[in-house]
Amino acid sequence: MVHEAYRRLRRQAEEKLAARQKRPLIMVGTATCGRAAGALNVLAAVKEEVARNGIDAAIAEVGCLGHCYAEPLVIIRHPGFPSLCYGWVDEDKARRLVVDFLQHGDPCFDFALAALEPNDLFPTFAEYPRGVYEKRIILALCGLIDPEDIDQYLVHDGYAALAQALTMAPERVVAEIKEAGLRGRGGAGFPTGIKWEVCRRAPGQAKYVIGNADEGDPGAFMDRALLESDPHQVLEGLAIAAYAVGARQGYVYVRAEYPLAVARLQKAISQARARGLLGQSVLGSNFSFELEIFQGSGAFVCGEETALIASMEGRPGIPEPRPPYPAEYGLHGQPTLINNVKTLAYVPHILRHGAAWFRRIGTPGSPGTAVFALAGKVAQTGLVEVPMGTTLRDLIFGAGNGIKEDKKFKAVQIGGPSGGCLPDTALDLPIDFDSLQEAGAMMGSGGLVVLDEDDCMVEVARYFLEFTQKESCGKCTFCRLGTKHLLDRLTAITRGKGKDGDLEFLQELAEDVREGSLCGLGKTAPNPVLTTLRYFYHEYEAHVREGRCPALACKDLIAYYIVPEKCSKLCNVCLGSCPAEAVQTRPDLLKVIVQEKCVKCNSCLVACPPQYRAVVKLSPPQDGT
Amino acid sequence: MEEQLHAAVAAILRQYDHRRGNLLPVLQAVQARLGYLPPEAMEQIASAFGVPPVDVYSVATFYAQFRLKPPGRHQFKVCLGTACHLMGGHTVLDCFERRLGIKEGETTPDREFGLERVACVGCCALAPVVVVDGRVEGRVSPTRVDGLLLSFSLEKSRRETPATPTNGGGGSPYGA
Repeated sequence: MVHEAYRRLRRQAEEKLAARQKRPLIMVGTATCGRAAGALNVLAAVKEEVARNGIDAAIAEVGCLGHCYAEPLVIIRHPGFPSLCYGWVDEDKARRLVVDFLQHGDPCFDFALAALEPNDLFPTFAEYPRGVYEKRIILALCGLIDPEDIDQYLVHDGYAALAQALTMAPERVVAEIKEAGLRGRGGAGFPTGIKWEVCRRAPGQAKYVIGNADEGDPGAFMDRALLESDPHQVLEGLAIAAYAVGARQGYVYVRAEYPLAVARLQKAISQARARGLLGQSVLGSNFSFELEIFQGSGAFVCGEETALIASMEGRPGIPEPRPPYPAEYGLHGQPTLINNVKTLAYVPHILRHGAAWFRRIGTPGSPGTAVFALAGKVAQTGLVEVPMGTTLRDLIFGAGNGIKEDKKFKAVQIGGPSGGCLPDTALDLPIDFDSLQEAGAMMGSGGLVVLDEDDCMVEVARYFLEFTQKESCGKCTFCRLGTKHLLDRLTAITRGKGKDGDLEFLQELAEDVREGSLCGLGKTAPNPVLTTLRYFYHEYEAHVREGRCPALACKDLIAYYIVPEKCSKLCNVCLGSCPAEAVQTRPDLLKVIVQEKCVKCNSCLVACPPQYRAVVKLSPPQDGT
Repeated sequence: MEEQLHAAVAAILRQYDHRRGNLLPVLQAVQARLGYLPPEAMEQIASAFGVPPVDVYSVATFYAQFRLKPPGRHQFKVCLGTACHLMGGHTVLDCFERRLGIKEGETTPDREFGLERVACVGCCALAPVVVVDGRVEGRVSPTRVDGLLLSFSLEKSRRETPATPTNGGGGSPYGA
């Protein structure tokens, strides 16, 4: 019955899409990252050019392929050619591609980034360094299917796992997830199967399941990309979870800063409902499941389960002590299963391929893959999915292709404000939940920010404390006041006002905040301070003892100068780049920086042509000049 | 004015049942409609939900999304996520503050521009990022800030003097 209903849906989807196969297809990546790079203008240019030339081609919007460094991305599928992906596309390139490729049959290999399937003409993504290290499970379809068309998900075995689950006993579904060893991808790595089992066994009239996409970590965008690129995968995982624990009502909790994710998810829910994959009697079974979106309102602490529930009940997001765990006593006092949306995205794959398949990927303690958002000073920013146990070196220098502008690697910040900064000695650490914890950082939800020689570690610690101090809900004294004192002391140090004894004070207070806080926010808030003290003590010392910022990053400890011998005198680039009119021309045409006016924005240093490189920054500032 | 406000909030309140779990969605809807949460609206919501106004106020002030002051006609949200911070997000915020003469969280006296900071908009690969009237701009430099403000101020002067004839050629946004 269920299988038959599913096969019918699948057949309809295949028939609909088969009819389209014969026409050329232009796909433009319009996830938020693509849009920020101008993808909507590219899309408009493509549409206009296709219409103007009367070309018979379909145009579709797709999500994020993960190669964000090359946005905007366009994929063209032209029968007779391999499907080709083009990077750094602007409106002019888009128009050329449409005319040259679709009209004249020239695939413009100059603009192409990679082919999507093996062929004799052009290398595929698998042949690039990133492709060698990557293993895509939950990102497999991202950027390749239209997230607003459920049929494209269906033809890729979408919802097959849900149909399969509905014919299994719920206990069996829970057991399969347990056997797979899936651990929560939100950061803490709690075994998902055990959470499901506790929730399944908990007595309650109404149970709830919640997909958590309250991605509050600054520097992380995995959940956003997943919801914008392949929302049905998350819905399917959530429906299976609901069936397994015995819930009839579910929510996806999405951050308010992700309007596009909300819109695409909304569309996915209504399409799934129209096909009978959500709502009353799913696929003709006696399982019914309703799903709604709840928009978070911008509070980092709401990533914490009990705070998330408080916000859904219309209260300030202040965490409660656990136990009782939400799996037993959660939303409206009922058993509530809360899983990160990435965790849920793995569920359909595990059911389709089996627990043993999943266990073969990754490490014994942390099976499966991990999705990372590479950002900061890494050359190829974007989304990467690698097997657990991959080293940080392979991730940053392999998949990420090293550091921008060949600068020197300094540290990697992993796990967001709760994580830590690891130095180059930690690069050969295999990434899994346990080894990172030992090094003082944590897996976190997957934000990975790379720092180079120009980044000051004290300033980075200060930045994270500024964040956690702002986001502390104020319940626990140590978190509320301790983070404030840590921040004040760090701010003083970055301004050259550090004193003897400051570093000991930071160490001691950081440990106290960790001990004296109730929830994950306070317990982990000191991590950036503790790890930077542990690995970069000498940078703190330089600030406190010499009033010097070794990375030349702390604005109060540096000054910009123009080296007279190097200045061309006749070029006015620095003058034009200065937003504060601080660069002036002397009567002998030499340029000088008026220190009182300089806002230290770095514009002149960037603007000075490479043949001169006359602008320098020095720490501590020199008198005179 | 006050009546209009009352009617707008009442229309939103009719779309939701008034259980506490709907408080955030209602506040979000009211802010989407009015641009901010005026005290009168919060009181009206409190009485509809049957809770003291202070409960609504405590929720509105806890969450970063809610604005208690009117926004500007053009709203800039400067992202200060980790990646944006490292790539110069603070410099961008400084530029806005210096040019507009306001601090983050404030609106210019003529209500033309509002300035906010956000924790992260999830476009870290294109840092530093600014959300301009809901549109995400990547790789924003100090000169781009000046460019944005210039184009908006030109738009404003066009709006205020629509009758001024252009000097034939027209077209150039940087003209005159």
